[in-house]
Amino acid sequence: MAFNIVASSFEQKYIERSQLRMTGMTGFIFGFVALYFNFVGLITQFMERWIIEGVLTLAHFTIMGVALFAGITIAIRSKDLSVPGKIINGAVVGAIVGIALGLLMLFMTQLNVRYMFVALSHKLFQFLSWKQGVGGGILLQIVLSAGLGALGAGIVVMPKALRRPLIWGLSAVFIAGLFSELIQLVMQYEFILGFRDWFFTWEGQRLQGAIVVFVVTFAAMLFWTIRGGAVKERFGKMSPSGQKSVRYFGWACALILFLLFPAAAGSFFGQVMMYVGLFILMGMGLNLELGLAGLLDLGFVAFFAAGAYTIALFTGEHELQILLLDRPLTWWEALPLAVLVSVAIGFMFGIPVLKVRGDYLAVATMGLGEIIRVVVLSDMAAPLLGGSQGMLHIPRPFLFGWELNDPIYLFYLTLVCATVAGYFAWALENSRLGRAWMAIREDEDVGQALGINLVNVKLLAYGLGAAFAGLAGAIFAVMLTSIFPHSFQLLISINILALLIVGGLGSLPGVVVGAAMLIGTPELLREFGEYRFLAYGAVLIAMMRIKPIGLWPSAARKREIQSAEEIEASIREQMEEEGGRT
Amino acid sequence: MQKYFDVEFWRRVTYVDVTLWLMRAAVITVVVWGTIGTLYEGRYSNEQWFDFVMFGLTMGGIYALIALGYTMVYGILRLINFAHGDIFMTGAFTAYFVANPLGKSGFLEENLLISMIIICLVAMTTCVVIALTVERICYRPFRSVRSFAPLICAIGASFFIQHSFRGMYGSSVRAYPDVEFFDRLMNIGSFDFPVIQPVVILAALASMTGLYLIVMKTRMGTAMRATSEDRDAASLMGIDVNRVIIFTFILGGSMAGIGGVLYAFVFKQVYFFMGFFPGIKAFSAAVLGGIGNIPGAMLGGFFLGTVESVGPALFLDGLGIVAPYQLRDLIAFTMLVMVLIFRPQGILGERVSQRA
Repeated sequence: MAFNIVASSFEQKYIERSQLRMTGMTGFIFGFVALYFNFVGLITQFMERWIIEGVLTLAHFTIMGVALFAGITIAIRSKDLSVPGKIINGAVVGAIVGIALGLLMLFMTQLNVRYMFVALSHKLFQFLSWKQGVGGGILLQIVLSAGLGALGAGIVVMPKALRRPLIWGLSAVFIAGLFSELIQLVMQYEFILGFRDWFFTWEGQRLQGAIVVFVVTFAAMLFWTIRGGAVKERFGKMSPSGQKSVRYFGWACALILFLLFPAAAGSFFGQVMMYVGLFILMGMGLNLELGLAGLLDLGFVAFFAAGAYTIALFTGEHELQILLLDRPLTWWEALPLAVLVSVAIGFMFGIPVLKVRGDYLAVATMGLGEIIRVVVLSDMAAPLLGGSQGMLHIPRPFLFGWELNDPIYLFYLTLVCATVAGYFAWALENSRLGRAWMAIREDEDVGQALGINLVNVKLLAYGLGAAFAGLAGAIFAVMLTSIFPHSFQLLISINILALLIVGGLGSLPGVVVGAAMLIGTPELLREFGEYRFLAYGAVLIAMMRIKPIGLWPSAARKREIQSAEEIEASIREQMEEEGGRT
Repeated sequence: MQKYFDVEFWRRVTYVDVTLWLMRAAVITVVVWGTIGTLYEGRYSNEQWFDFVMFGLTMGGIYALIALGYTMVYGILRLINFAHGDIFMTGAFTAYFVANPLGKSGFLEENLLISMIIICLVAMTTCVVIALTVERICYRPFRSVRSFAPLICAIGASFFIQHSFRGMYGSSVRAYPDVEFFDRLMNIGSFDFPVIQPVVILAALASMTGLYLIVMKTRMGTAMRATSEDRDAASLMGIDVNRVIIFTFILGGSMAGIGGVLYAFVFKQVYFFMGFFPGIKAFSAAVLGGIGNIPGAMLGGFFLGTVESVGPALFLDGLGIVAPYQLRDLIAFTMLVMVLIFRPQGILGERVSQRA
């Protein structure tokens, strides 16, 4: 086995490729990416969205970005080349991307492609050819892409003092344009309306606004690059307690801003942030199961559903609770019940799959989750759970006689719940139980031999993980005051899995980062909602291949990876030594 | 039996064991009670039962074709090719764009065999291309890694494929052309059934026979079997494991392609999400037959298809459950979970999966 690991990594990493081949491959890959964006309809959809009104759409940015990134990639990868060599290679790679797009244009004019590919419309052709017809369009596209590729390579070889401000400036313009509508939603107050309208229209960013944003960011970053070292030095010279207080002050400011933000920015943001909060809650639950105990659970959404349905059953007008109780429970009374029911479902889920391991566990839990969904959806359970009609009219919670009916209130409720749950998750991670989970994650048999009661520990992982999801479900039920079985699909489980992977398995800050990226961003960019799952798929694969430990890995995980890399490096050294000897 | 008389055994029984026994007992009770109830009431005629079985075998043939892809890949790489259901979809969906003009021009009706072969070839090519891409991007980098990484990558690939095809071919449901010959009713005695059903069953059986011959008789097949026994030993014996793996994906992809076309001609419609449920059910079939075991996957497919088709009427109707057909998926999933829990080696398999 050891032979195999070494041999395969050798084959993957240490073959020297010729420059020509590398340039060709990079161009080919990026050309393929550019074509893919066109075929799949992303460009067609992006054409509707202005980044700079009347000048550039998101589609321009995307297509040009591909050529730019191709240049950047080849310049980074070809380390041995001189500066002009890098730029020439960048131009070549860009030109290959342009040729790919040119071929697409030719393909579009010669054949009736819309019969098969719905996205390849005449409008797309107009866009790709810059309204220059076939010949002119192809030529223009190739020249433009080559230029962009060269520019990309140029960015890499630029001095840092110029590169950083440039990249930041461009990103700032892009982000301001992409989120222009949302930024305007935030700037809703009377006294900045004129200011706002100078920068933005409801279609996008004005050209003048974009220029100002770029110049300001550029200047700020330029200043920071030149003078930033001095600031850091002065900070370093401060007394340790002074450093600490500065840091705390910074964190406190950030916290206050974060707390006030949804209240100031309106209920749309409250809604989005609350939704993110729900996924953070569920993420922390699955993190206990998967991140700590190593149990890949694809039926996790069942616990979420259990929490939501319990609230619906016990707080709304429903036969069952009339049978059991003399009045409907309030949300606060039903909340512990919802969590308890979820925990019970978690145990029931856990017992049968105790002995199932690895990939099989993933499929078995997915099967269990689907069983629950099918049953809830069927007419059999309809008298109790409402079938596909769902359950309606769930009363909102009251706090001191005050109905929590706005998403902003619910956001604060979620925030409080998430904070409390986060504390528990953190405490669990550092407890005896948490260490036992990590032990069985690494090796079940060894863990058992060391005296860990596998049955109890695993069941606790399912049960406690389910508790978090139950809590999230309880809040979800009052978010829309009605719940439908369609909200509890396998997709939710996959979402949570994806956000854990992106953030880093077993890391609590990672959950927050992952949820903000995978749930928050798509919620803000609603109009591209169809492509959200495409992005999830791509993100899962990319994360696994490029950064399997996640964006914000836990400290323990980081150490492990480091030591593994050291071992690999020593093996490589040894092999090179042996290779030199023969 | 001996062990049940031992006091020591009963002392070691835990609540987990009891729960599992109760689960088994519950499932058996439902099945037996429901069957007795249904048969006693006699709500279905012999013709209806025959319809159920025939339809079940048809579906079973398709499941078996998909299951082969799962089972062969598992046998060699020890991983669940989670994206296989979607690979199945790509074939059927792409072949639609050939089948539709063929149907419109009348060529499909006139030269049924030739056009079916063309359609199948298109579907198989697409499936093979996609399967090889998935292998290259998602599985090859993780070949010597023992973790969740390939499975998570495969889940990602599944989504990526689904939604790429949704973007490319659109999200609407496309209707496969009607073939008059397939819809014609055939009868044996008093039993009627459309021609498409025996056609699917026979086509599935023929493809499986072909596959079986390839695996058992050719050099490449021998190399495949050797690799699935022990990959390191096989590579020491001079087998190019890389080529074997690629060949496996080619075989699995082509079977999925044929399955996709047959499925499309039975249900007459294709859309981007159509691969998910058949995929999971085929995986269940592969597990049922013992994953890694080729005859097992064929048997498992037919078995699952039949039980799934007969099940709602036979087991659930007798219990007085409203609209048992909505619970058809329940039967497949229950079988999947029960097999994974109680007999992970499947019906035919001896391989025990202890992959942690």
